[in-house]
Amino acid sequence: MTELLRCENVAFGYDGNIISQDINFSVHEGEYLCIVGENGSGKSTLMRGLLGLTAPVAGKIKASASLCRNGIGYLPQQSPLQSDFPASVSEVVLSGRQNKHFWPFYNREDKKVAINNMRLLQIESIKNKSYQQLSGGQKQRVLLARALCAASSMLFLDEPVTGFDPLIEHDFYDLLDHLNRRHKLTIIMVTHDIEASLEHATHILHLAQRQLFFGTVEEYRRSEISALFLREGNHA
Amino acid sequence: MLELMATMLSYPFMIRAFVVGILIALCSSLLGVSLVLKRYSMIGDGLSHVAFGSFAVAMVFNFAPMTFTIPVVILAAFLLLRLSSDNGIQGDAATALICSSALAIGITTASMTTGLNTDINNFLFGSILALNNHDVILSIVLSIIVLTLFVIFYNKLFTVTFDEPFASACGTNVHGYNMLLAFLTAITIVLGMRMMGALLISGLIVFPALTAMRLCHHFRQTIIWSAVLSVGCMTAGLLFSYLWGAPTGASVVLTNLFCFIIASLVARLKR
Repeated sequence: MTELLRCENVAFGYDGNIISQDINFSVHEGEYLCIVGENGSGKSTLMRGLLGLTAPVAGKIKASASLCRNGIGYLPQQSPLQSDFPASVSEVVLSGRQNKHFWPFYNREDKKVAINNMRLLQIESIKNKSYQQLSGGQKQRVLLARALCAASSMLFLDEPVTGFDPLIEHDFYDLLDHLNRRHKLTIIMVTHDIEASLEHATHILHLAQRQLFFGTVEEYRRSEISALFLREGNHA
Repeated sequence: MLELMATMLSYPFMIRAFVVGILIALCSSLLGVSLVLKRYSMIGDGLSHVAFGSFAVAMVFNFAPMTFTIPVVILAAFLLLRLSSDNGIQGDAATALICSSALAIGITTASMTTGLNTDINNFLFGSILALNNHDVILSIVLSIIVLTLFVIFYNKLFTVTFDEPFASACGTNVHGYNMLLAFLTAITIVLGMRMMGALLISGLIVFPALTAMRLCHHFRQTIIWSAVLSVGCMTAGLLFSYLWGAPTGASVVLTNLFCFIIASLVARLKR
């Protein structure tokens, strides 16, 4: 399997403070990696680093030549700037197709892909609604549909199930499994949901200011750190 | 009404004012939506002050005002963009700093040589009499460039405005599009300043966008309404200024303010 991303002794920080350090791992084509850890453990920053949005203060992030930028889909955490943004659901979803071709306008193929993804996430019925009037969970699904429009090789998800009700959450994990297994889509997800990670992912990266664990799900289940983390999780 | 229009348009300076006014209104309203949503409204204000400063300097040294000012303002636009992308209050304060410094430079150079005469007054508050045929041709050419670039990059500008991290993760050159936006804004400001005045031009950028955002919830609708409102207010403003001899820039901004208040009331009633 081709290696897509590799982190070597990577550290992140700002204003001289280190947020996370000693990060060493690699992602190969077709893998499904969950990045887990407590709040403030540097998960989102790491994801932004992998996407090239934040530069590491130390170490190297290597992206392979086969990893094409316009095949990446990204679900960021919702920004407060968007709360008063006038945009319809379909305008937002369609914007995921922006770098698919040189022509500056969307073509029929783009619109078809957008409709398909809205159908997958059950938001086709609200496609003409305004984004600012949606509930948190609906917004999340709109941004996901947009990410799916962009993702042909790799999907980055930052806390994707925030605001979902359990039924939609279940469907969503099934959808990811399907995309990962059938369409060979590589997935990297930042999440709180350790149970779901163990059930669906192939690899786990556990962060707590530094890298506590990286390996396959089976290895993680057997590790001490998971036992500790899972027990804490159950208490909470 | 028709008769009034006929007499009004029998004056060449009114025809020039209408042509330039409508083009400027169109450009500024389209760019305004992105600028307001990106929280870049202050850039318009900053640039108009810089434009005033460089106009005054150009006058003193006998440079052609437009040809000298356009590159200066474009440079200032890139600088302001860099400052505001550094985030937070620092960038905001830096904009205010540039605003007042540019104004001070303009006023000092002008008063040391020619004194604060009508020309300077015109730059500050605008005048339709100041427009000559050269300005009209320049406005037509540059507006066509601004409008064409806006249409071509409409989808990109939407994505970059809505969600910079996403756009950047997907490989869009976000910085490049922000520069494009600043570049187009700079041109629009310089073109509009002659007529609207340095102190009032930013109203033309901010008002139509804000009014349209009160009424619409889709991006395309907002853009179209912003353009329609802006051209409508420009026409009405010019008409009032002709009928009552009111200053043009101020009339246009007041018409915009009136529309904004109406739209806010309508939006409140609908809620």
